[in-house]
Amino acid sequence: MDKQRRKFLKIAGATALAGISAPVVVNLTGSPAVASAAKNQASAQAAAAGGHGDDTAPKGVKLGLLIDMRKLYGHPELLDKATQACNKAHNIPKIDNKKSEIKWIWKTPFANAFTDQSTSNASYTTRNNDFLVLCNHCAEPPCVRVCPTKATFVDKKTGIVAMDFHRCIGCRFCMMGCPYGARSFNWMDPLPFIEELNPDFPARMRGVVEKCNFCGERLALGKEPACVEAVKEAGAIIFGDLNDPNSEIRRILDKEHTIQRQAAYGTKPSVFYIV
Amino acid sequence: MIEKALKGNPAYWMWLAFLSAFIAVGGICYLRQFLFGMHLTGMGRDLSWGLYISQFTFLVGVAAGGLMLVLPYYIHNYKAFGRMTILGEFLAISSIVMCLMFIMADIGQPLRGLNMIFHPTPNSMLFWDMVVLLGYLGLNVICGWVILTAERKQVKPPKWVYIFVYISIPFAVSIHTVTAMLYCGLPGRHFWLSAITAPRFLASAFAAGPALIVIACLIMKRIAHFDVGKEAINKLTTIIMYAALINAFFVCLEFFVGYYSNIPGHKHALEYLFFGLEHHGHVYNNLVPFMWTSVVFCFGGLGLFAYMKIANWSTDFFIGIGCALIFIALWLDKGLGFVMGGLAVNPLDEVVEYIPTANEIGITLGIWATGFLLVTVLYKIAVKVEHEVEG
Repeated sequence: MDKQRRKFLKIAGATALAGISAPVVVNLTGSPAVASAAKNQASAQAAAAGGHGDDTAPKGVKLGLLIDMRKLYGHPELLDKATQACNKAHNIPKIDNKKSEIKWIWKTPFANAFTDQSTSNASYTTRNNDFLVLCNHCAEPPCVRVCPTKATFVDKKTGIVAMDFHRCIGCRFCMMGCPYGARSFNWMDPLPFIEELNPDFPARMRGVVEKCNFCGERLALGKEPACVEAVKEAGAIIFGDLNDPNSEIRRILDKEHTIQRQAAYGTKPSVFYIV
Repeated sequence: MIEKALKGNPAYWMWLAFLSAFIAVGGICYLRQFLFGMHLTGMGRDLSWGLYISQFTFLVGVAAGGLMLVLPYYIHNYKAFGRMTILGEFLAISSIVMCLMFIMADIGQPLRGLNMIFHPTPNSMLFWDMVVLLGYLGLNVICGWVILTAERKQVKPPKWVYIFVYISIPFAVSIHTVTAMLYCGLPGRHFWLSAITAPRFLASAFAAGPALIVIACLIMKRIAHFDVGKEAINKLTTIIMYAALINAFFVCLEFFVGYYSNIPGHKHALEYLFFGLEHHGHVYNNLVPFMWTSVVFCFGGLGLFAYMKIANWSTDFFIGIGCALIFIALWLDKGLGFVMGGLAVNPLDEVVEYIPTANEIGITLGIWATGFLLVTVLYKIAVKVEHEVEG
């Protein structure tokens, strides 16, 4: 009797263990779970709508952004305009507290944006103008590497580094991994701090990380990113597929000398600057 | 064997009540954080890890420190550690439980914690940290309990348990190595991006864990008439000395790399921690007194031990003082300095200082008290079993 009971317990235990660990095994061996199907579809549409979406291109679409600072020097109001457009489009709360604030795109001095390229005896222009900084949507994103739940991932169809707010557990490891300080955490409920709620974009809950998404939701509707649109008349921000030889951004990159933030870290940023 | 924890003298119950008061306060503080959000902590956008993660990092070390008892006893058959090994295993259990509580306290969406298991991510070091921590916890529960039960029945532990004992040895190393890897693979954080982080963590762990065990042994000798023996304590203090010395050596190497290379990024954290960091006319130096206390305590403790070894003289009181000095020194170094120092300068070259809030400290004390309560109860069981066996 006693022997039988032990045998039963052994089998029951083994079965329970197998049951618990099954999802782990399945997930480790199966295809990587990334975005929801709907999201993938949206980005496919985005690529098509943007006019530079060719899924059959050898390296796929890699969306990038180029900031021509020559057109922004002396116009801090343009930088603010871009930031405000983003804040409005993405329900970014206005929290007047450096500790808890949320930023997707913001302005900062050259020495802060390009810590590895700031020189002594910098020019008057360099010293007295702010630069726009945002998520670099790296080709080798450290934030994606360190995320323990795949809540942040590279959208294979566009190259956008995206966030799944519903999967994020709020461990903030991605914030530690990001060498650009591009990620924010919702330390408190953001809803009361949203000035004008945009019903077309979800508001976040507290306890999750968020960041610039290259306006994936606007691309899906065939629109340009909000910051690009905001300073359209200056033509200072150019957005497009880095892998498309006919895209405007590709043509400018081929012609002009550009710099990237912290290139030495090997993250391969997709945001370029003409200074 | 649980019932052995339910009988004790008034002092035992007073101690548990004292700890429970902290646990209750910690519980209320945590409830506040859970309901209102993590802005109740001192952490912020630029300093998004704080006290919780630094305590977690330190306690992983305390857990790994049990290795310094398990290894000599089971591998080298060093009999003097016979009565003490179980204490190392039980301390590891309590420390890991505290670690897991600190992780849960630090997560913005604690109810989603299982996402770590539902969406396993082999490229994330946090995933592997969870794996090795849960593994080490399980191994220590199995080994501790089975061996203690065998002792109580005065029979040899079953052979199969030794497999788990031997597996637990690389696991002890791995928990602290993987915890170091959480930090030392991140671009843009110069202070952490150092290959010596893992060895440094291990060295400090092998001093801090045994130091706590020695203190516990000395206390139990006085109040519970449980003597692990002079030889065991002597050997353990030697181990603590070597480990603390190696740790200090590693810290000096960090100084060499930073100051000889003269690269600002490599110096910033050390400057901030030990001398104060000047930035745009303001000197940031919150942690300087703590770090120098750490240095003084570390060398004070080492000096005390060295004197006791050379003069061939020691008393329980001074051994206890030496261990406490080294434990506090390592706590200041790793439980405060390591995480805050690495974060003092953010990726945009702005300096931000961190001051934990009362709520955050309440939760932290509550978790420490939970760990102390657990270790008290487990040690109580272990000591009772020993007394019973001796009749």
